[in-house]
Formats: sequence, C-alpha cells, structure tokens
Amino acid sequence: MQWETVIGLEIHVQLATQSKIFSGAATRFGAAPNSQACAIDLAMPGMLPVLNTEAVRCAVLFGLGIDAEIAKRSVFDRKNYFYPDLPKGYQISQLDFPIVGRGSVQVQLPDGSEKEIGVTRAHLEEDAGKSLHEDYHGMSGIDLNRAGTPLLEIVSEPDIRNAEEAVAYLRTIHSIITYLGVSDGNMAEGSMRCDVNISLRPRGEEKLGTRTEIKNVNSFRFVEKAIAVEVARQMDILEDGGSIVQETRLYDAERNETRSMRSKEVANDYRYFPEPDLLPIEIDDAYIDALREKLPELPRQKRERFCSQYQLSAYDASVLSDSRTIADYFEAVCDACNDPKLAANWVQGELLAQLNRTESDIADSPVPASELGVLITRIADNTISGKIAKQVFESMWNGEGGVDQIIEAQGLKQVSDSGELEAMVDTVISASPDQVQQYLAADEGKRKKLLGYFVGQIMKASKGQANPKMVNELLHSKLV
Amino acid sequence: MSIEQAEIEKLAELARIRIAPEELAAVTSGIASILGMVDQMQSLATSDVEPMANPLDASQRLREDVVTEVDQREAFQAQAPATQDGLYLVPKVID
Repeated sequence: MQWETVIGLEIHVQLATQSKIFSGAATRFGAAPNSQACAIDLAMPGMLPVLNTEAVRCAVLFGLGIDAEIAKRSVFDRKNYFYPDLPKGYQISQLDFPIVGRGSVQVQLPDGSEKEIGVTRAHLEEDAGKSLHEDYHGMSGIDLNRAGTPLLEIVSEPDIRNAEEAVAYLRTIHSIITYLGVSDGNMAEGSMRCDVNISLRPRGEEKLGTRTEIKNVNSFRFVEKAIAVEVARQMDILEDGGSIVQETRLYDAERNETRSMRSKEVANDYRYFPEPDLLPIEIDDAYIDALREKLPELPRQKRERFCSQYQLSAYDASVLSDSRTIADYFEAVCDACNDPKLAANWVQGELLAQLNRTESDIADSPVPASELGVLITRIADNTISGKIAKQVFESMWNGEGGVDQIIEAQGLKQVSDSGELEAMVDTVISASPDQVQQYLAADEGKRKKLLGYFVGQIMKASKGQANPKMVNELLHSKLV
Repeated sequence: MSIEQAEIEKLAELARIRIAPEELAAVTSGIASILGMVDQMQSLATSDVEPMANPLDASQRLREDVVTEVDQREAFQAQAPATQDGLYLVPKVID
C-alpha cells in the first residue's frame, strides 16, 4: 500500500531574557547548579509569580514575524503533573487562550520550491528543571536553574509530509527567531528543542492515522534521522496489519532508533485549569503596532532582495540569508568590493568552510568583511589570481595581517610584466621540444588540451603568480 | 453527572493523595453530591457570558526584565533533606 506521512512539530524556544519568566533569577547558561533558582523557582510557600515584560514582547514579536493573530487577551493555565524537577507540581502554560494565534511560514525546500506550513499557535510557558540520573547514592540529582526559564512553544499544523520538509521548517523557525533576536537559537545548549508528531495514513485517505510523539530532539540532523526511522517502524507495523500505539517515544541517536518511553501508569491527564496567581495578559493595538514598526527585515524578504538587488541565484540568496550575521557580513563585503557574485562565492566558499572547520561563529571571524572586500578587489584588478587569493585568505585567517600587507610580505603579486613573462614562456618552450612537436602536429581540438601542459609549467615556474590571461596570449603567439 | 469510585481512585493517584479503601465510598459520595450542585449550575444559560479567567477585574502587571535575585543556594539547601554537589537529591526517578 502507498502510505502518506503526516508530521507536526512542537518547537520549544528559550526566550533571550535576562531573568526568568515569573521571577527575578538569572537565566544564564552553564551556571553552578541551583545558583540561579530563587524562592519562586523553588515553589517556596507563599511565593507568587510576576510576569516578565520581555517574555511578552518576544512572544508578540515572533507572532508578528509569522503574520499571526496576536491575542489582545491571553490567559495562563496550570498543567498539573508530578516530577521532581517541577517543584510546584504544575507548569504554568497557556491552553485555551494562547498569546499567538494562527500564522504561517514559507519554507524553502532543497529543490528551490516553496511550501507554506501553518502555525496553529504559540504560547508562553515556563521550563522545568533538570534531573540528573547518575548515581548519587541511588538518588537523582535535581538542578533547578532552568526552572522558570521563559519558553515559547510553537505548534505547527500537520502540514509536513517528510523529513526534508520538517528540517526546512525547523530551519525557517530558527532563522526567524534569531533574526528577531527573541532567542539565541543555540540548539546545543537546548535553546531550541523539538517534539515530532508522526502518523501514517493510506495515500488519499483524509482521516489521520494514530500518531506517536518523539520527545526532545535537539538537532536538525537528529530530527531528520528520527523521522526516517520512526516512519519505517510505523510502516512495518501497518504493512503487517498491526496498529500503532499512541505513545511518547524517545530517539536514541547512538542506536538510531526510537523506543517507547516507559508509559506512565496513567496516561497524560494534566487537569488544566486557569492559573489563579496570574491575571490575563492584556495587550493593546498601540503596543502591537509599535513592535510591528520595529520588525527587522526577515529571512524571506532578505532572500528575495538578495536575488533582485545582487542578481544572486535562489540557492546563493538562501544560504546567505539563513543567518542575519552572515547576511550582514556578505553585504559588508559587497559594499567593500562592489562585486556581489564574487562576494557571494567567497563568503559561501572559503569563509563558511573555515568557520565550519574551526567550529567558530562569523562574529569571531579573524577576517573582517572589509578585508575580504579588499581581497576580492585585488582579484578583480589583477593584482593576484583567484588561486593566490586563497593563499592570502588562509594567511589572514592565521592572523598574518591585512590583504595588501600579506601580498607584499609574501611577494604574491601577479606577474603581469610582459618581458618577464616572455622569458618564462621561452624557457618552458625550449625545454619541451617533444611537447612542442605534438602541439604543432595536433588539430585545433587537441591543441587546447596540450596547451594546458605549457600553462601548467609556467604557473609552476612562477609559483602561480603569472597572469594566466597573458600567458595564454604569449603561448598562442609563440607556438606557431 | 455521577462519578464512579474508579474515577476517584484515578484522580487520587494523579493528585498523589492516598485514600484508604474504607474511606473511598464516603469520598465518592461526597464528591458526587458536589457534582450534583455543579449540575444544577450547568442548567443556567451562560452562552453569552464570557468565561472568567480571574475574579479580579484587572489585567496582569508586568515586571521589567532585570535580575533581582542573588544566589541563596546555601540557605535553601540547608532546609533540604539531602543535597550533593549543589544538587537537591530525591528518590531515584527514571521515566
């Protein structure tokens, strides 16, 4: 049978606030255990939550970024369950009246096409603490630093049909939140986590199949792999005539499989009710309009502008607009060299490769955008060849100075002096009588290939510094 | 609306409340009588009444995003039954 996969994502985004959503404790990552857990986070008797204005601002800004309805009035609820990293015995969340309503994003798929993915809602809630199950004399250790960290849970419509689309959607949300600055989007530190809901149905069928939920997948690659193995697992069961159990599963990256989280004896029954300690959040049009006005250019708009303003291909524009810092860097290089095509090639090629290799961030690039601009200018004005430029880039990366300084110090200037080049060409020709014979005897088609031998020899003799265009011209005039 | 004894047992488990077997019948009938009152309230016409999230006619006040709390871990952990390496220790939990 032909099966259709239906996927919906719940993305938890940690908001970039200084303090927690309901308390004045810090949210800094990596602090000593429980050093950022105050009386409110610990649920000491008599403590009351007070909502952080910045969390509200971030949520509304995100809503505007995905063209969503912003609720003028939204309500907090208690989601009740017992777990030691949740000291109150309930999580403050939003159920029926979330702050962000229906919206959508356009995602770009690897083949260049676009797809709209609906966002059902996004709501504010608090994070729980962390349980450490290593052996503490047979007990579990609890760190409540993360308890009360503001989260925005973004729930997608079941519009996603395969792993590729899921990753594209996740990347789109990631770039929107980082463009807006509402989160640092650092997946390794858990600033963005994802639950994946997956079900299969016979192709053509309207009704959704029974779904499973894979919890807490924390990298783009794992989302892709987790979906692949879970779809295969469900398909095997259905093909054998079995049925899917609705349950929460865990993706084990090491074994590349999903497995059932030992289902709690009583299935999720959170007995939500309105949080009596918090009043409804009320927002007026003036507040929303003021934020709308400050909305920066978003990834999709930037991508489109890069295509029209710099004549970039859709692919180049999408890579360069994926992160705001890379986009800004690229535009600074363009300004410095006035050659968008070369700027795009260098930023995507050498620069991103080096950043990947050294696992560093563009903000810490040892090569500033202005210098990369100068480097490209030196290629365009024939001071150096593209090949030598890579060597100069490498030296800059290693902190050996600016472009002109390195060209000077390493004597890398392209040889464009015709007398000097002519001498080199003569030397190579007289040292290769056999090749000259072959060349002269060959037809036009083969000559092109044979000429490469001479060019190669001259480049070798000049350490790559001979002006290739002039070398070609000289060879053509001498080999007759 | 009636309620079964089994539902009371399930709710008690969710709420981590221990109800002794001999108390179960009394608790069930007590809650059933409260639900009877709820039934009576349900009969009122409320379709044009907006659901109330809070009895106070006010909206939420917000606080500035400023860190105001200092680290008081030692004071808090002095009250905890067991701690180690800055962690609170609890009976082992694995999901």
